[in-house]
Amino acid sequence: MSTMIATRDAYGQTLAELGEENSSIVVLDADLSGSTKTSTFAKKFPERFFNMGIAEANMVGTAAGLAAAGKIPFVSTFAIFAVGRAWEQVRQSAAYPKANVKIVATHGGITVGEDGGSHQSVEDIAIMRAVPNMTVIVPADGPETAKAIRAAAAYKGPVYVRLGRNKVPTVTAADAPFEIGKGVQLADGTDLTFVTTGLMTAQALAAAETLKGEGISARVVHLATVKPLDGDILLKAARETGAIVTAEEHSIVGGLGGAVAEFLAENSPVPLKRVGINDRFGTSGKAEELLKYFGLMPIDLVEAARGVVARKGK
Amino acid sequence: MTISMERNIVDSEKIAQLQEKARQLRVDIVKTLHKSQSGHTGGSLSAIDMVTALYFQVMKHNPADPAWPGRDRFVLCKGHAAPALYVALAEAGYFPKEDLMTLRRLGSHLQGHPDSKQTPGVEVCTGSLGQGLSMANGMALGLRLDGSSSRVYALLGDGELQEGQVWEAAMAAGHYKLDNLCALVDVNRLQIDGEVAKVMAVEPVTDKFRAFGWNVIDIDGHDMGAIVTALGQAAEAKGKPTVIVARTVKGKGVSFFENKASYHGVAPSDEELPKALECLGEQCYL
Repeated sequence: MSTMIATRDAYGQTLAELGEENSSIVVLDADLSGSTKTSTFAKKFPERFFNMGIAEANMVGTAAGLAAAGKIPFVSTFAIFAVGRAWEQVRQSAAYPKANVKIVATHGGITVGEDGGSHQSVEDIAIMRAVPNMTVIVPADGPETAKAIRAAAAYKGPVYVRLGRNKVPTVTAADAPFEIGKGVQLADGTDLTFVTTGLMTAQALAAAETLKGEGISARVVHLATVKPLDGDILLKAARETGAIVTAEEHSIVGGLGGAVAEFLAENSPVPLKRVGINDRFGTSGKAEELLKYFGLMPIDLVEAARGVVARKGK
Repeated sequence: MTISMERNIVDSEKIAQLQEKARQLRVDIVKTLHKSQSGHTGGSLSAIDMVTALYFQVMKHNPADPAWPGRDRFVLCKGHAAPALYVALAEAGYFPKEDLMTLRRLGSHLQGHPDSKQTPGVEVCTGSLGQGLSMANGMALGLRLDGSSSRVYALLGDGELQEGQVWEAAMAAGHYKLDNLCALVDVNRLQIDGEVAKVMAVEPVTDKFRAFGWNVIDIDGHDMGAIVTALGQAAEAKGKPTVIVARTVKGKGVSFFENKASYHGVAPSDEELPKALECLGEQCYL
């Protein structure tokens, strides 16, 4: 059994460590520091933590001002508010000037659970991906989150990191290097490739195991960075396996699936299936139940894999 | 030198010089906008006296080194008044005055709204109304963390106060007691669709800021002596941010532009240019 860590917990821990190492790091939150885990930083560095109250637009603008004053601001709230409520502030105040602002949104996707569709952001990856200058990162697990946060802090420019609420299994190697814009192959295969991000990478690894029993060899490529997209690893996957299944805890419109489909259609078209939320809003329920309800279980990926393999060569 | 004493207490001769500087900058605004045939005339002319006082009397800044850490920061929240900022920056020496004639053209570093990536001396990108004060807050917080004595000035429009984010920012500035921040509100009473009072009333502006914990100064925004004095008082106020609520006239200085909402976003035509320059005491050599 692999370790289970919530990406938000890894974020809070890493942020506190970074605060120790770099006095330029400041953190802003909008009354959710207990949930986003920025409270760990707040306790250690109260003078560099700014609770902005329930006012996300002002929080993002303030972060842009702090960046203009030479600070490295990390801004946190739930994904639905960071991207939804404050989108234009993210665009105008942070991305347009290429401000050194890090937006780390927790509670992305449907696994937020019981709070329901209003609190389940299924569009944030698509929205952030459409913004010029923005880098979009969706780590698979706790250890990768820690590396991604460090990479974001070291990178000069706006970054969006999407994290989840619940504990997720560790699927990346402890010693695996993390580089913004680079995907990693977590399982080799020859018949198709799962291209995944976030917690769906764990689901794809499980699906690949099941497929092995059926004599189907599935590669798993994890793209923590959705933008910029790792074209090299995708081209290699398309050429060597000839079929792609994308998987994300996000709408199939405009997110990872959209990005991969756009890229491959122009560069190396192969049978492709996007697994994600099928252009619908979320709903209340337990995280596990919702993954089943929206078709994001390993079995759903197995079915999608069979489908693309059957389409090969037709 | 003692900044507050020398920069904020000035004699009548200095005031006269600043008034003349503002007149010249009005001429530059009119010529620049006439050349571009695109841009915002009314709100640039209403704000220029305040911009003049800031750049040529009050603010510490270094045109030869726009990123000088010791500088005071200016945020033009009402970014459509970019011409007012550009003529001041050019006059101060951030870039050649000829560049003004490229305003809003393809390839120009003078964008339709202030762009920190392109124009020396522009601190942040503004123009989407309501966002500038938040950025000014962030700068003020950052400067305070560094123990800097630099101050942050943010110029807003009264129509802009209709944006809810302004009040989020006002609340935060009061909460964090940002006494290194001074907001100036250019109350010219007009916005694109007409009178602010009719489109969406924002008055009483002073009471609103006071309620959020600000030090409030109410002045005539074309009275150079009052502007410089108010900026001096703002620098002396401790424990709270200051807002200078400046009563102005949209299109100030060009009689046929004054108090007309229709000149909010319209540049002077070929026929209007000589008349406008005449109003400003300038001969036209076209």
